[in-house]
Amino acid sequence: MTAPTGAAISIAGCGKTYPDGTRALSPVDLEVKAGETLVLLGPSGCGKTTLLRLIAGLETPDAGGRIAFDGADVTALPIEKRNVGMVFQSYALFPNMSVIDNVAYGLRVRGVATAARRAQAASVLTMMRIEALAERRIDQLSGGQRQRVALARALAVRPRVLLLDEPLTALDAALREHLRSEIDALLRRLAITAVYVTHDQAEALALGDRIVVMKNGAIAQVGTPREVYFRPADDYVAGFVGITNRLEGIVRNGRFETAAGILPVAAPDRAKAHLLFRPEAVRLVSPAEATLVFQVAQVEFQGPRQRVTLNAGDGARIIAEAPADLDLAAGAAIGLALDANRYTLA
Amino acid sequence: MHSADRLARLFLLPLFLFVAAFFLLPMVRLVGVAGSGPNGMAEYVAILTNPRHFATLVATLALSAAVTAATLAIGTVVALFLARNRFWGRPLLVSCLTLPLAFPGVVVGFMVILLAGRQGLLSSLSMGLGMGRWVFAYSMAGLFAGYVYFSLPRVLVTLMAAVEKLDPALEEAARSLGAGRFEVLRDVTLPGIAPALMASGAIAFATAMGAFGTAFTLATRIDVLAMTIYTEFTLNANFATAAALSIALGLITWAVLALSRNLAGGGVAAAG
Repeated sequence: MTAPTGAAISIAGCGKTYPDGTRALSPVDLEVKAGETLVLLGPSGCGKTTLLRLIAGLETPDAGGRIAFDGADVTALPIEKRNVGMVFQSYALFPNMSVIDNVAYGLRVRGVATAARRAQAASVLTMMRIEALAERRIDQLSGGQRQRVALARALAVRPRVLLLDEPLTALDAALREHLRSEIDALLRRLAITAVYVTHDQAEALALGDRIVVMKNGAIAQVGTPREVYFRPADDYVAGFVGITNRLEGIVRNGRFETAAGILPVAAPDRAKAHLLFRPEAVRLVSPAEATLVFQVAQVEFQGPRQRVTLNAGDGARIIAEAPADLDLAAGAAIGLALDANRYTLA
Repeated sequence: MHSADRLARLFLLPLFLFVAAFFLLPMVRLVGVAGSGPNGMAEYVAILTNPRHFATLVATLALSAAVTAATLAIGTVVALFLARNRFWGRPLLVSCLTLPLAFPGVVVGFMVILLAGRQGLLSSLSMGLGMGRWVFAYSMAGLFAGYVYFSLPRVLVTLMAAVEKLDPALEEAARSLGAGRFEVLRDVTLPGIAPALMASGAIAFATAMGAFGTAFTLATRIDVLAMTIYTEFTLNANFATAAALSIALGLITWAVLALSRNLAGGGVAAAG
């Protein structure tokens, strides 16, 4: 199964305003390629779940919005007609049915005969390596097992689109990481179109082919995990994904001028600018070789590397990661080198 | 033994006395009275072989079963609607729906007569339309209407709480798998509120089995167990039969409650 089995999703001008007047989502345009894993990332209330529910068909967009699967308009179709698979944070397994009956449920409502649907459900359970749980009751399962069953149930109907709403949030940290890599492998193997909602940046970076960072009901940035991480569109995205350093200054004659020195940049003059970059995006060099010079404030040895806090002249502090063997002492001057593709000038 | 334990037992004494005075003694006395008639302990067999008493027993059971079914059906529909829709005046409507909780059986009976009695609303309406006089207040139908009205609030309150506790994601998950409205109701919603249905159904059943005020207000000739017990006891002074019927009424109701408690896993108590 290498050819995409999922549908391409096209979202055009879809906003959502609730009857009480709250605007959960400003009109957005978004294309999801067939077979792609798209992550909607943002804090609670940013509109990511609303967007997912619009794609699912659990909510209808405000007038003018349009959603299409593989070019066919599905805006007016309710969720039961869209052939989507859905996985919820609360698992939402049917407690009155066994594991295999849960997984076979979608086939049952499609009228597949008992023997055939049980066989099909059993093969999905095998794929998820939980065939031993087939006859268990739901309340006999752990959280991780429940979410595997929920995934199996969603996949058993061969959906065109798989929608996951914070599927790992209810699990503890170790299990979360384990299941995350399992889901990642599964989505790649099935080449299914998946939309994955999370507030966890680590999940987003690990799982997404592309990430949509959302803020206050609007899209802040769409990009690959690397783009979003290394070249955040603005302060908000930078602050939400990983640690971000920020230097204030001005741009003049193709140079960013700040308290720590200058950096050649390809940007027009600007009276107020700031430079955003990641701790691991910098190289620490001897002050003589650098145009940006800082004073070492603190060194934290972490084994494989060290985390260094640096003072700029104007009181700004930045954090840099350095190799474990670099000799650094608090109070010493240190140069900082930054490649052009590792920062954002905003 | 710890002195604290001894103290605790001492404090439990009033409870034992209370149970003995108001529960054990009357029950034992009732069983004794039932066996004190000319038939002796065979009185229990006599009430089953007496065609009139047996018919009354069956009629009471049928009425209670019908009341339970109707109350649950209406209650489920209303609870689903009220739990999922927010509209202006909803809190007022909910509090109005629980109003019958405050009425004694005699008032409920009075209201049934106002609705379906000889001078009642339905009667005037059907007369005005030239369709004859509709009167059903003084029969099993009137009793049925009264008991449904009486039990609905209890059932409704329990069911609404159960519906609100259901994870909405369950129904959404079923729908995402292709289930339509009917399938969602059958496979997810009803199983989800089954314990509440069992619990509130048992309460409705027990109330209908034992209620007396409404029946007494509507007509003295309605053959339900509570009325028969009253008649045997006060008019015929037939203490043994009245006691045996009481025991039968108690045992049947208790058995139904116990059964539903087992099926529902606790939380059932008789009311009314």
